[in-house]
Amino acid sequence: MAMTTFEFEKPIVDLEARLAELRQREAAGEDVASELHVAEMELQKTRESIYRNLTPHQRVLIARHFDRPHSLDYIRALFEQFTELHGDRQFRDDPSVVCGFGFFQGRPMAVIGQQKGKDVKENVARNFGMMHPEGYRKALRVMKLADKFRRPIAIFIDTPGAYPGIGAEERGQAEAIARNIMEMFTLNVPIVVLIIGEGASGGALGIGVGDRVLMLENAWYSVISPEGCASILWRDAKMAPVAAANLKLTATDLLQLGIIDDIIAEPLGGAHRDPLVAIENVRVALEQALNELTPLAPDVLRRLRHAKYRAMGKFIEEVSETAEAAAGDTTPGPTSRPPHSRKP
Amino acid sequence: MAWFRKPQYTTLRATPPRDVIPEGLWFKCTECVNFIYRKDFERNLMVCPKCGAHFKMSAMERIAMLADEGTWEEFNAHIRPTDALKFCDSKPYEKRLKDAMSKGDANEAVRTGRCKIDGHTVLLSVMDFNFIGGSMGSVVGERVTRLMERACTDRLPVISVATSGGARMQESILSLMQMAKTSAACAMLARERIPYISVLTDPTTAGVMASFASLGDVIVAEPGALIGFAGPRVIQQTINQILPRGFQRSDFVLAHGFVDIVVERKYLKATLARLVSFFWDEPKSTAKVVPMAL
Repeated sequence: MAMTTFEFEKPIVDLEARLAELRQREAAGEDVASELHVAEMELQKTRESIYRNLTPHQRVLIARHFDRPHSLDYIRALFEQFTELHGDRQFRDDPSVVCGFGFFQGRPMAVIGQQKGKDVKENVARNFGMMHPEGYRKALRVMKLADKFRRPIAIFIDTPGAYPGIGAEERGQAEAIARNIMEMFTLNVPIVVLIIGEGASGGALGIGVGDRVLMLENAWYSVISPEGCASILWRDAKMAPVAAANLKLTATDLLQLGIIDDIIAEPLGGAHRDPLVAIENVRVALEQALNELTPLAPDVLRRLRHAKYRAMGKFIEEVSETAEAAAGDTTPGPTSRPPHSRKP
Repeated sequence: MAWFRKPQYTTLRATPPRDVIPEGLWFKCTECVNFIYRKDFERNLMVCPKCGAHFKMSAMERIAMLADEGTWEEFNAHIRPTDALKFCDSKPYEKRLKDAMSKGDANEAVRTGRCKIDGHTVLLSVMDFNFIGGSMGSVVGERVTRLMERACTDRLPVISVATSGGARMQESILSLMQMAKTSAACAMLARERIPYISVLTDPTTAGVMASFASLGDVIVAEPGALIGFAGPRVIQQTINQILPRGFQRSDFVLAHGFVDIVVERKYLKATLARLVSFFWDEPKSTAKVVPMAL
């Protein structure tokens, strides 16, 4: 079955076609050994040069590939006896997020994952991995269940954003996300967040506070999708590649900024080219994270988690008289006063 | 020769055309399309006296309205934004910041400090929509977080007045993380049992609404404020249908159970003071408590 390829992969596709043709000729008895060798070398070189130099936007495209392993692929492969738990006990079951328990290498733990579909039909059923408030509430319910019985939590992030719709607003999308973020700081068990595809904004962060945040090489994580950003700031969604570069949304950028803790390698060309390799790499990373976190006492875990997010943000702190006055807090010297007389 | 002569030309005095209203004297209400004498409008706390529409206030105007006179003391004004990601859209973020700072009386999208509200000492955080749409970047996150941390050490209630279009895109992931940082601070307030009252004003959406603005012990909204997660335009594009009237406005949000009270601006200060006293004042009885006979 032919896999969907991207435009930037065209040189590779062409070379693959030529290689296939040469192989056919070889099968037919022609002597093309030297040509075949040259073509193979060239293909390898082209692959390397393209895949090792992906632009941020090309990575975004790879992160969205239909055949990329999604949450359930990882969950089914890595968690024995996975048992899905449904519903938020208040409104309904949100199919865009899968929650449950299973054994990861013998270790019972909670698993949560935003689920996209492999085709249009499945995607419609899963709402393209875009959660409603009840999805966040279901996830919180399962996280609290894990907390109650002291089980670690693994979370797979793959969403183009929280769903922007009438029902979602009526049921408090903002409140659901805010509450989840806040409550995740109070959990006493290790949380490992794995960003496996798209990590769009509050939709991702709503289940994305973790002691370890690990990210696949071609996944993206940002305050807004490149298209959304482009249509707001450039007033043109076609500027998405420029927005993608500006947003610093790749795993390398985020590691540098201290937002994620590690990058999980993908097979050359993206996880969809060899899902088993990607799954194995995720397994190793999750195991390592759990080994590091499990020995920590609950209050240490909570304190470290808080400190980690507390330190995020970049600003300039000018040391001035006002700063000292504010820091020392000795004299009630007002640093600024509101205008009690209004402007003309 | 004559002593004086009639000038051979005429002088036309420059007079303003009569149909042009001098800038700033009148305010046109965008809701009821009435012209209001600006002084009346301002005296009425930027609320249209004809139709009651609540208009945006700058942070300083809001503080002037809420704080007892002469009690406002600002904290952390020395924390300034920086263009850590070298973000450049139609203009570099650096330039955008400079423009925003030179425009109004805002030095960032939030001011935080201490003041008295009808005699109650509180820590107050007020956002400013004039500063890049009240967007939350690292400075907003840091100032709000520090205020909440201070509330825990000084044991003072926190009042936050929000107005924001969401996270600041120009700080990308750093601004997203301010949602986590401020929400973590709210968790701390809750643990320390510090009262936290969140006031939502027009508009409060996206990143700010999906973090500290939604996490108040009590949530108050001004009438007619746009409150929600996604902006109406985004929703309309996604579902491809016209949104119902009043959608995501205060009364809608109240009816769906996500704010406690909708309060007119003129009663806001008194309401906040009352709420603080419910949670924070030492009980003082004026009447002698008579135990009920069983």
